Amino acid sequence: MSQPAAPPPAQPPSEPQDAPVAAPAATEERPPGLLQDVLASSWLMTVCAIVLALVIGAVLIAAADPDVQSSAGYLFARPSDFFTAVWQTISSAYAALFQGAVFDWAAASPQRAIRPLTETLTISVPLILAGLGVGIGFRAGLFNIGAQGQITLGAILASWVGFTWHLPAGLHLAVAMVGAAIGGAVWASIAGVLKARTGAHEVIVTIMLNNIAVFLVLYLLTTSVFRSPTPQVGRTVAETAMLPGLLGDGFRLHLGFPLALLAALGVWWLMERSTVGFRFRAVGSNPHAARTAGMSVPWVTITVMAVAGALAGLAGGAQLLGTERNLTGAIAGSIGFDALTVALLGRSKPLGTVLAGILFGAFAAGGRLMQTRTGTPIDIVLVLQSLIVLFIAAPPLVRAVFRLRAPGERRRSTAEAAA
Amino acid sequence: MKKIMRAAALGGAVALALAACGSAPEETEPTAGAGSAGDSDFKACMVSDQGGWDDQSFNQSGYEGLKLAEKELGVEVNAVESTADSDYGPNIDSLIQDGCTYIIGVGFLLEPAIQAAAEANTDIEFGLIDSSFSDDEFNTIELDNAKPLLFNTAEAAFLAGYVAGATTETGIVGTFGGLPIPSVQIFMDGFVDGVAQWNEDSGENVQVLGWDKAKQEGQFSGDFETQSNGQNIAQGFLDQGADIIMPVAGPVGLGAAAAVEGKPGAKVIWVDSDGFESTEYGPIVLTSVMKEIGQAVYDSIQQASEGDFSNEPYVGTLENEGVGLAPFHDFEDAVPAEVKDRITELQEQIVSGELVVESPNAP
Repeated sequence: MSQPAAPPPAQPPSEPQDAPVAAPAATEERPPGLLQDVLASSWLMTVCAIVLALVIGAVLIAAADPDVQSSAGYLFARPSDFFTAVWQTISSAYAALFQGAVFDWAAASPQRAIRPLTETLTISVPLILAGLGVGIGFRAGLFNIGAQGQITLGAILASWVGFTWHLPAGLHLAVAMVGAAIGGAVWASIAGVLKARTGAHEVIVTIMLNNIAVFLVLYLLTTSVFRSPTPQVGRTVAETAMLPGLLGDGFRLHLGFPLALLAALGVWWLMERSTVGFRFRAVGSNPHAARTAGMSVPWVTITVMAVAGALAGLAGGAQLLGTERNLTGAIAGSIGFDALTVALLGRSKPLGTVLAGILFGAFAAGGRLMQTRTGTPIDIVLVLQSLIVLFIAAPPLVRAVFRLRAPGERRRSTAEAAA
Repeated sequence: MKKIMRAAALGGAVALALAACGSAPEETEPTAGAGSAGDSDFKACMVSDQGGWDDQSFNQSGYEGLKLAEKELGVEVNAVESTADSDYGPNIDSLIQDGCTYIIGVGFLLEPAIQAAAEANTDIEFGLIDSSFSDDEFNTIELDNAKPLLFNTAEAAFLAGYVAGATTETGIVGTFGGLPIPSVQIFMDGFVDGVAQWNEDSGENVQVLGWDKAKQEGQFSGDFETQSNGQNIAQGFLDQGADIIMPVAGPVGLGAAAAVEGKPGAKVIWVDSDGFESTEYGPIVLTSVMKEIGQAVYDSIQQASEGDFSNEPYVGTLENEGVGLAPFHDFEDAVPAEVKDRITELQEQIVSGELVVESPNAP
């Protein structure tokens, strides 16, 4: 992902259509730009971006298929072959994507048939948690790229508590999760403090911290505390610290999912109902005004980063204690970066983030089956995700394709009339 | 400008249309259950690690072995790529659901997942490249239905180290790994020993950067994906005067090769496959330490498909040609004849057991 701090659009900051809370305005170093514009775009835009990505993905799936390629060679001699091949390829790929993500009617047993949806939800857990954290940062005007490192730190602490401490079931899990949250919060606070004290840009600092986190894990995995028989794989977490499964054998869905929903509810309350959240949003909208109103911008910066980090740390904890059980160097996978997309797609609102997280979980779960059943390259999933970001980040393009009206258009014309 | 664009677009369309003018093939009746596919339920499948099938290295070699088995043996195959550590378990699970009877995991990172799957599915056979199985007390264990495919690459890397020592002009060579794991460190051990052998033979003092065999410490890029890390490390070696670098990091080595390409006279030693053929950096590849993963995969699939699966570990050596030194290609003339003779001699000594390349990471 490149930095979306693009030149500001010519139009005035647009009013969000359905959520007046994310009042767009200038932040200290970023004029009302892409981020604000993206956060303010409508639900319809999001859906259109997803549809457009799926359409382009379909073209790529067809183009990559050997049957389609060979039949294209004699398109004019027998066009039916080409169109049949195209239809076959695309429909089977997307059908498998759906089967792998929601409901698999071709499965061997009823249990396997409903398993895909539970897989989707399982994969969505860390995405939702980390996405919530990133979203809080967005709304407070902080571009926290460091979810990856914060997840890693959360996973480190969760696993350490999980295999070294011996506590009764339940309590052990709670302590491990709290540890994960603290790990993420401390890691993110480093960036928060540096930003608040010295003005060091959070984008740079958090990216650096991501790298440090990766090498920290690699180092820890060579120490006697974390080492297991398998090189680069940490010790196994005790059963008492694992997030219990919700559906029994054969399913991986665990308690982390309801916890993620609770966290979303908590974030909603924090951002929409609490004084702290009001300060976050005020600083995000206009730090100068917030300062004039008597708010401490440095305090808000540090707190926002800590809360965002705690959520990302929980994501790491949920990943480790929910499914992985052993710490590895790549425990965070691409969750930290996917979380950025999830937060953008969910427009930094808790409900949106939950839905976007589930969508990305569906892509990941469905992509596996699509690959196994139809041989479609797994990279298509990454292309779909990337295209969605691209279209979300380019609202005018999507508007042009679907002939939608710009959100600020009406307002601007009335403003012009008034002037 | 617009006219040019239009002309170009028209030209493109015409070209596409002409390309589509081929004649249609004759309709062929699909023969049901053709070949040996109908004979048995055998299905060989493979899961990659994060590198993916196009890593121009280790996963790619394994995949080629699988494809060869499909072509030559007529067995049914399937392959899935992993994009994260958390994919291994679910990917193996989806292959089991797909009806695979022999599942190969490429890379020791899949060890816990393959071991768990093998214990849970005793009716399915498994293979694992680059790692054996172990219990919680660090003891190696055997699973009835899982076969480790291992490679004593130190033997071949020893020869590569010797060549590097003999051909360096600056007296400094370098090596780095992707992750500090036995299957990577074993290359570095052999390389260091090969250079030491050259120093002993010639009385020179060629230095090796990036790996201290005695302490088992050295330089690692941190993963098998981020090519820029390989580029940075290689640049660091070059700045310290190295002119031959052996990256043991899969696709990360491509980053190293990019850095080496920028320095005249500097060369790389590729690993796993013959880098002269598998990468675009042929002109700077001095030689390659080859690990015949493809052949090992093919052989194990053949055995399993004939019902001769055994859980006995396969260990590739110079003797059984499971590992080897690639030809020098463009540098054929740059390597002196006496060095080549000595390498042949050393190779014979290793095969005969007269010379043992010691490595704490040997399988």
